Amino acid sequence: MSSNRVLASALALGVSAIPAAGQAAQLAVSLEVPQLSVAEYHRPYVAIWIERPDQSAVKTLAVWWEKDKRNNEGAKYLDELRQWWRKSGRSLDLKADGLSGPTRAPGKYQLTFSGAQLADLAPGTYNLVVEASRETGGREVVRAPFVWPPKAAQAAKPAALKGARELGAVTLAAKP
Amino acid sequence: MLAARAAVLALGLALAAAPAAQAHRAWLKPQTTILSGEQGFVAVDAGISDVPFLADHQPMRLDGLTIVGPDGVERAPQNPATGKLRSTFDAALPKPGTYRVAAVTQGAMASYKLGEETKRWRGSAAELASAIPAGATEVKVTESVRRIETFMTLGAPNATALKPSGKGLEFEFITHPSDLAAGAPAQFRLLLDGKPAAGVDVDFVLGETRYRATGVERTVKSAADGRVKITWPEAGMYWVEAIVRDDQASIPGAQRSASYVATLEVQPN
Repeated sequence: MSSNRVLASALALGVSAIPAAGQAAQLAVSLEVPQLSVAEYHRPYVAIWIERPDQSAVKTLAVWWEKDKRNNEGAKYLDELRQWWRKSGRSLDLKADGLSGPTRAPGKYQLTFSGAQLADLAPGTYNLVVEASRETGGREVVRAPFVWPPKAAQAAKPAALKGARELGAVTLAAKP
Repeated sequence: MLAARAAVLALGLALAAAPAAQAHRAWLKPQTTILSGEQGFVAVDAGISDVPFLADHQPMRLDGLTIVGPDGVERAPQNPATGKLRSTFDAALPKPGTYRVAAVTQGAMASYKLGEETKRWRGSAAELASAIPAGATEVKVTESVRRIETFMTLGAPNATALKPSGKGLEFEFITHPSDLAAGAPAQFRLLLDGKPAAGVDVDFVLGETRYRATGVERTVKSAADGRVKITWPEAGMYWVEAIVRDDQASIPGAQRSASYVATLEVQPN
C-alpha cells in the first residue's frame, strides 16, 4: 500500500501538467445494506476503496467496523473483509487514518468523497470497490468503474450495480 | 487412488532402496494464515497421509518444529500434542508481521542384505555406523534433508522470517506467501543449498477436495534460475512439494534426498 501511495504520488507529480480534478469534483456513492432474513444477523463489516483496472489498491475511502469494542476486539474480524484486508487494510493504521465508521443497520446510505480527499489520485481509469462481510454470513464484492478526473457525461450516467445478497443497490456518480 | 497406490507399490518393488514413507505426504495445516487484530493464535495440525490435510493415517512428529517471528526470534509451538492420526499445536502471533512455522529434519535410511534377508533401518546419521551389522552386503544409504513449512501473517506482512536458510531444498519467496490470491500469478525461486535449483518438478495440490469428483493439481518445472511461476486456479489451501535426489550427502557414499513441502493459502477474490 505504501508503495502504491508512493507510486500514485509519483504519477501525480509526473503528470502535473495535466489539469487536476476541479475543487468541486467528487465521488457520490449510494449503497444499500440489505435486510436479510437469517437466524443470526450481525451488521456487516464494509470497506470502500479505489482500485486500478489490474485490481491493485490505490486508496481506502471508508471502513465500517466495530471500532469501539472493548480491547479493540472488533479488529480481529477485519480480516474477513478478505480482499480489502490483503490489498490495503493490513497496511493502514485505522486508528489514525480517520477512515473508520461504525457498522450500519440495513438501509440506504449516501457517501460523498471530495476532490480534496482524492487529490493524490492520478488521472486514469479506476474501480470503486465495495466489499461487505457479515459474521456467520457471507461476503460479497462489487466494483463500479469511473474515470478520474470525472467528466460531465459520466456524472449524468452513474454506474448502477446490485449485489446478489450481502449488498443491495450500489451506485456511483463521479461528478466534475 | 487405487491406481496411485498400485503405482507406488510397483515403484517400491522396483526400487528396493527407495524410502518406504514416500507413498504418503507430510503436511502442516494452519486453520488460517492471514489475521487482523492486536495479537493472534493459529491452530495448526500436522499429519502424514495420502490426501493433504486429511488426518486419516499417522501424525507428523513435532520434533524439530520451530516458529520464527517477524523479529527473527524463535518461539516454541504452544500446547503441542500428538494423537493417533495427527499432531496439533497453537502458533502464537504476539506482534504484527509474518511468521514461519517449519519442521526441518535430517535423517538417514539404509537397506542392506544379511544373508538372504533384506533389512531396512532408519535413524540419525550419527547412529548409522553402529546400526549396520558386520557382514551386511548391498548396503544402500540415503541421507534425507526435509523442510516442511507454512506461513502466517498478523497485520502487515514482512520478510524477516522468510530468509532462506541456505540448507537443503527451499523456496525463496519472490511473491510473499501471505499475498496469494485466486487468479493472480505468484513466483518463487527453488533453492538447493542456497543456489537456484533448475529443472525440478514442483507439485501444487489443492487440499480439501474430498467432496469433489476431481482434484486440482499443477506441476511446474523450475526454470534455469530456479524460478517457479504459477497462476492460482482457485482459492484454498495448497500443498506444495519438490524433491531432489543427488549425491551431495554428508555421509560418505550415501545418496541424498532433499525435499521441500510448503502449505500456502490462496485467498479468494
